[in-house]
Amino acid sequence: MAGHTQGLSIIVKGVVQGVGFRPFVYRLAKSLNIAGHIRNTGEGVLIKVWGNKSQLEAFLKGLQEETPPLARLEEIITRPLNGTPPEGFNVLESEAGHKQAKIPADVATCEACLAELFDPQDRRYRYPFINCTDCGPRFSVIFDLPYDREKTTMRVFPMCPECLAEYQNPEDRRFHAEPNACPKCGPNIWLVDKNGQKIDTEDPLSYAIETLRQGKILALRGLGGFLLACDATNEKVVKLLRQRKRRPQKPFAIMVRDLKGAERLAFLNEEEKEILTSPKRPILLARKKTPSSLAEEIAPGLAFIGLMLPYTPLHHLLLREGNFLALVMTSGNLSGEPLCVTNEKALQRLSDIADLFLCHNREIVQGIDDSVVRVIEGKPRLIRRARGYVPEPLPFPYETEAILAFGAHLKNTFTITRGKEAFVSQHIGDLEDLETLNFFKKTLKHFKNLLEVKPQVLVCDLHPGYLSTQLAAEEAQKKGLPLVKVQHHVAHAAAVAGEFGLKPPFLALILDGLGLGDDGNLWGGEIFKIEKGRYERLGHLLPVKQPGGDAASRETWRMLLAYLYEIFGDETSKIAEKLLPQAYHEKVPLVLKMLERGVNSPKTTSTGRLFDTCAALLGLCFEQSYEGEAPMFLESLAEKAQKGPIFSLPILQEKRFMLDARTLIKDLLKNLDKYPREELALAFHLSLARGFKDILLLLSQKTKLKNIVLAGGVFQNKILTEALVESLNKEELKVYLPEKLPVNDGAISYGQVVWAAWVYERDMAKQS
Amino acid sequence: MGIDEIILLEHGSGGKASQRLLEEVFWPHFREVPMLDAAMLTLSRERLAFTTDSFVVDPIFFPGGDIGSLAVHGTVNDLAMVGARPLYLSAAFILEEGLPLADLKQVVASMARAALKAGVKIICGDTKVVPRGKGDKIFINTSGLGLIPEGIKLLPENISPGDRILVSGPIADHGLTILASRENLGLEGLESDSQALNHVVFELLSQFPAEIKALRDPTRGGLASVLHEFCEAAQVGIFLEEEAIPIRPQVKAGSEILGLDPLYLACEGRFVLACEPGAAEEIKAFLQGFPETRETAVIGEVLSEPKGLYLKTIYGGTRPVPPLSGEPLPRIC
Ligand SMILES: [Fe+3]
Ligand SMILES: [Mg+2]
Ligand SMILES: [Zn+2]
Ligand SMILES: [Zn+2]
Repeated sequence: MAGHTQGLSIIVKGVVQGVGFRPFVYRLAKSLNIAGHIRNTGEGVLIKVWGNKSQLEAFLKGLQEETPPLARLEEIITRPLNGTPPEGFNVLESEAGHKQAKIPADVATCEACLAELFDPQDRRYRYPFINCTDCGPRFSVIFDLPYDREKTTMRVFPMCPECLAEYQNPEDRRFHAEPNACPKCGPNIWLVDKNGQKIDTEDPLSYAIETLRQGKILALRGLGGFLLACDATNEKVVKLLRQRKRRPQKPFAIMVRDLKGAERLAFLNEEEKEILTSPKRPILLARKKTPSSLAEEIAPGLAFIGLMLPYTPLHHLLLREGNFLALVMTSGNLSGEPLCVTNEKALQRLSDIADLFLCHNREIVQGIDDSVVRVIEGKPRLIRRARGYVPEPLPFPYETEAILAFGAHLKNTFTITRGKEAFVSQHIGDLEDLETLNFFKKTLKHFKNLLEVKPQVLVCDLHPGYLSTQLAAEEAQKKGLPLVKVQHHVAHAAAVAGEFGLKPPFLALILDGLGLGDDGNLWGGEIFKIEKGRYERLGHLLPVKQPGGDAASRETWRMLLAYLYEIFGDETSKIAEKLLPQAYHEKVPLVLKMLERGVNSPKTTSTGRLFDTCAALLGLCFEQSYEGEAPMFLESLAEKAQKGPIFSLPILQEKRFMLDARTLIKDLLKNLDKYPREELALAFHLSLARGFKDILLLLSQKTKLKNIVLAGGVFQNKILTEALVESLNKEELKVYLPEKLPVNDGAISYGQVVWAAWVYERDMAKQS
Repeated sequence: MGIDEIILLEHGSGGKASQRLLEEVFWPHFREVPMLDAAMLTLSRERLAFTTDSFVVDPIFFPGGDIGSLAVHGTVNDLAMVGARPLYLSAAFILEEGLPLADLKQVVASMARAALKAGVKIICGDTKVVPRGKGDKIFINTSGLGLIPEGIKLLPENISPGDRILVSGPIADHGLTILASRENLGLEGLESDSQALNHVVFELLSQFPAEIKALRDPTRGGLASVLHEFCEAAQVGIFLEEEAIPIRPQVKAGSEILGLDPLYLACEGRFVLACEPGAAEEIKAFLQGFPETRETAVIGEVLSEPKGLYLKTIYGGTRPVPPLSGEPLPRIC
């Protein structure tokens, strides 16, 4: 042995639990012939090692360079250590303590487990709950930290001797794989009919597959909740599912057997293939190939489709043994409600939808939806952030007490800060439903417990009618805590800045559906100069009226009428009647009167409503059956065009700079017979991008600010976003478009905590 | 319009013109008003109820009523909602210079008819005239005095889980009618539900003195606001069945096109009641026997948790119905 033995205590923080970190350290120590031990703590892992200098150096090097794929080291603290080394290297029981450890996200089944799953010789052949330290459920089964079997819903399944041996053997792939299980000792599946009667069968899996083959609808309990499945190539059953789910148009996600299968259904570039096969396994929005064997009803009228690959053993079994190219996999819920998580709830809520229920008994602590990703500007952009991503924290580099932000009204998430990290909840949903509201409350409680924080500052939106605002106000009153209110679009801007660590001042262009402005009007096409805890509204779209409030967000024909009224005044009704189907003619005079008299017609600068207007103008959609339907139709149509004219939008200057979109609507109208519709749809996107570029450039020159933040739901639109970003890059402006959070309202809660921190820092600066 | 045909500032001067106004317009209808500075009343030992309300509706004449009848119904109903039998009303007028005298006469006559029908006496009053533009045609304040019979205890605090919620007829008629006629929207078939409820409430409380926990008329802020007050007072949750809430088809269609939620639109001739679960059907049947409350319906149930107001939709979901916070603003992104 060279040199004398010294001791070293190493604390590793980051994502180090539930990701195969301890077996990795064990093997590393063994290979270097180092004595010591490792244990999970509330903060991360604690390693104590004894060896000579070069052994210890090699150990530290290996620790950082050979880290397992799912682990993420954030901090390594070393301290010299006295005492005598133990015999060999041991893995010790976890110790409780402060829960600073990261909660790992759920991970898709790995290749090694998959090979065993389909190996008839393996003891876990066809076992739907196979997993190892590299894969399996995490966030969805953890009810407390540190991450140990006892703190997961797997604690009710004592391991059989074989599983236990794997679990205790540091050389094994399943060493401390907390959800480790096998058919002998672990959870199992069974089938019930819609009345809850158990189906008598030896092989529930084959029975379920047969049911799917027969064109029936299966509700299956998955990783984060129930999903509704049916054969995606069977037009009839897809239609039936639409009917039963009361979901006339909204696209269904599909799960495709493998990457090859996915390539048969959609155009995929390298980036997109990587997303599809990543351990996070989100739903990917990709361009649909037509014709294909998919039922047209999957995504009617759309040029893109949402697809994902199997991410649990059960999915793999269903698709492979059933030899399905693709299954519809849509959330198992009633419209507007969160996913059904328990077997009982599923039977209660879904018995009018599903023909058969595939249940299991591995309880789900946290319901979590599938994440949705789309590649825009060459990078994966989240549309919905949930499974696989949550609860990875976002940066929060501020010295504040714990902050809790309540988020927006629709696509709600909340955010809690702890130290220099911000934890954004999974997609909660639209707070217009009691079950969703309960889901919000339950998830919030869960996060507070896991993170062990008591928020001292609360943040909410400016809109008094948001349920999230009302919850925040209740909580603030009950606990006597300060409540900070943040304007919706300013929160959008702050979220992007927080993600990139961008420091104010900067310019922000927020193109959105709708948020309440500080002047009482509805904003959604705004340009701000953002300073620390202060903002100035420099420009926006020319305001128009929104006749009927929320009704005009659903019914695009109302917005068309509103724009026409701005352009043509008393002449509107004649023009409107040419553009609108007969069924609307009788309502036109009344809505015109509302516009004229200002009855329930608040003013709006919303870009989303402008998209709605154009969709109605081109006859694509007069009433939306789901949020974003009209803009998605419009984008899908534009997708078909190779070229299109570009119309220019004037910039008016009053108190602020205003981009006048009336002329765009007028130009499109004038050219209705001159160009094919798809070219006009493209023209709308490109002209609008050009207009916003012009006004941004003008304001950038005036303010000398070159950093531009883009946010708001409209940036989920690929055509507009890519055109705008490209033109801004050409002008040598630095563009920030979010990657870690959705660009839509899913990011509002994070933006709210960032803004609250800025307000705090601003006030501290004032005081000193 | 001739000089004698509109309200002039001098009509409020206290001089001859004022006297003429009283003699020509008010006295013929308000016969109970004594020629003294104050009315003097002899009261029994029963409990008194006293309320006041000002009426500023635009337009002053609307389908189903006018500001005069409304000023009587509003105050009479407020008294009835605490279980009182309305006895006396005061009536104070603020008139805008230029108001056609004929309009005033019509309003006063309508008030007198409404009072007669409700069985209350208008026993004192006042008239002021403000310059053009300082008022809007006519404002009326009425105060009302009533007696509460022994044994009546209507308190929203007493509402408890299990109780049922009833509404005495279709909602939102008044609110939508006023809006539509003010803005001249051309919506057809609308009529205010403005009416006095004291007679039927008296019968109701005599019949079911113990079973009824609370009564309230859903005027400004509509059904939703009244039920929020119930929730707040009793610290309970109220769950409404969307399908059970009576609403006229033309009102439903009208609210839809205007983008307004009828749950927040005013009624002026309806009441909401909370009662013990066992009595709900009986009370409903009883009320359906009166013309004012023929379309009474059981619309919901009280639960201990979650607190607040919720609407079970026809699709099986449950929507929170938040309290009104100022003007309703769009929330859909
Ligand atoms: Fe937004
Ligand atoms: Mg009143
Ligand atoms: Zn694995
Ligand atoms: Zn086992």
